[in-house]
Amino acid sequence: MSDTSPIAIADEGTDASVVLAPPRTSRVETVLRIVVPIVMLVLAVVIWQVWVVASGTPKYILPSPVDVWLSLTNDYPTLLPSLWVTLSITFQALILALIGGVGIAIILVQSKWIELAITPFAVILQVTPVIAIAPLLLIYTPNTQTALLIVAFLVAFFPILSNMVQGLKSVDHNLLNLFDLYGAGRWKTLVYLKIPASMPYFLTGLRIGGGLSLIAAVVAEFAAGSAGQGSGLAFRILESGYRLNIPRMFAALLLLTGTGVAIFGFTSLISWAVLHRWHESAVRREN
Amino acid sequence: MTDLTTAEPRTQAPASGRAVVAMRNVSKVFSNGTVALKDMTLDVARGEFISLLGPSGCGKSTALRIIAGLGAASSGSIDWPTSQLDSKGLPQGDIGFVFQEPTLMPWTTVFGNVYLPLKLQGVSKSDARPRIMATLAEVGLADFAEAYPRELSGGMKMRVSIARALVTKPKLLLMDEPFAALDEITRQKLNDDVLRLWRQSGVTVIFVTHSVFESAYLSNRIVVMKARPGQVSADIPLATSSERDSNYRTSEEYRATTDRVSRALQEAIHLGGGSVGH
Repeated sequence: MSDTSPIAIADEGTDASVVLAPPRTSRVETVLRIVVPIVMLVLAVVIWQVWVVASGTPKYILPSPVDVWLSLTNDYPTLLPSLWVTLSITFQALILALIGGVGIAIILVQSKWIELAITPFAVILQVTPVIAIAPLLLIYTPNTQTALLIVAFLVAFFPILSNMVQGLKSVDHNLLNLFDLYGAGRWKTLVYLKIPASMPYFLTGLRIGGGLSLIAAVVAEFAAGSAGQGSGLAFRILESGYRLNIPRMFAALLLLTGTGVAIFGFTSLISWAVLHRWHESAVRREN
Repeated sequence: MTDLTTAEPRTQAPASGRAVVAMRNVSKVFSNGTVALKDMTLDVARGEFISLLGPSGCGKSTALRIIAGLGAASSGSIDWPTSQLDSKGLPQGDIGFVFQEPTLMPWTTVFGNVYLPLKLQGVSKSDARPRIMATLAEVGLADFAEAYPRELSGGMKMRVSIARALVTKPKLLLMDEPFAALDEITRQKLNDDVLRLWRQSGVTVIFVTHSVFESAYLSNRIVVMKARPGQVSADIPLATSSERDSNYRTSEEYRATTDRVSRALQEAIHLGGGSVGH
């Protein structure tokens, strides 16, 4: 075989001799990419602090960042268990939504009849504002946590399901033909072709679902009106409002924001890790 | 399976041995009523390089897909006399297919793409490695096994696609206008490579094209087809005496051949009222 290598020489002048190297980021740009957002954030917090102190705004209207920080460190015995409750509902909902969304999507695309049979239920559940069924779920479920979990699951489930269905259906027809040609069965086609091909869609669903599961866990708790022990951060926010403890309200909000940022960062990282070698969305454009 | 009573007399005797593919009065009607192919009878002998040449809509790609077993014929019969058939009556692993686009899986490397047919046959990666590397060397991509398709040029992607089709050492290589989207220089280069691979491996090639020059350069038999409905209009055997290289491109013999083929194509277009090109 090695005696047949006239190609390498004969390739000169054709585009076959060209390989595109991935573009490189310069060091200065790398540093700026991290520094610029951080400087902007710090600047905003400093302006907030200066403005509150200078204008003499009372704590119960708008607390300064320092007040919020003090509340966070003083109230952590109440806030941390609540954070844990909200986190566990969020992640349980997300994991269930991932299993359910991907699983049902795979079943749906097996035949158009299964899809036709399930579609009405999927549409009804998707268009109904899920929060509206929270009071009903409170009656049917043994405790508030379960009701919250179901609501958060339903909200995170649909973006994952619909993205995954779209992804599984968007496979290159000629690649499907190729798998047919080599006699690959349903299972091999699913594992080696349909699932890898749907990864960009799945990861979009994951990023949307991850954010929504946190939002749903909080909104559902507002709607369900849980109280006392075992309450999540949403209840702490309501409670702080009733007691005019605005710094604690901000502290609880800060924890929610931090959680949201962490979920976003984590899902984006997974997405980058899976796609950065091959998908256009994760590759920088250079002209 | 073959029904000889209705078969038309063959225009050309097979070069040697039994036919690799035998089509008898194959017709294909699409669900919207379009007659894509009507009464096509074709015997492909082992080792032939056949071009299916014709205007758009002449059914050449449809015929190729039927030969690949990708779409069933509406009527008529098709047989692969020298191949082992699976439970569905289709040949097993004896066919390589190169599509008009490279049709590579973007999420895996050049190596992973060429490995695919062997992986689907249950060959382990370590057993497949020597064959994959040898095939990549044949198409001049030995150094690019770990590159991803998006890092390659159009011509290189096409080479990967050809390597993938050849890695199973098929009896029959089907190519559906594979170089139509490439620039002229790359295209000539790939034509030479395909000819070299054909001579080395002895594989039987069916090459769909709408270029008279490409078909005259590559083939030892040109089947001209006409549109509406898709039908065989002429079957032209070509002499294989001359060496097909850059000298051949400027030779009198090549010019005469392209003249003859162009006239046959003009006639087919006139008969079918089809349009040339895309």
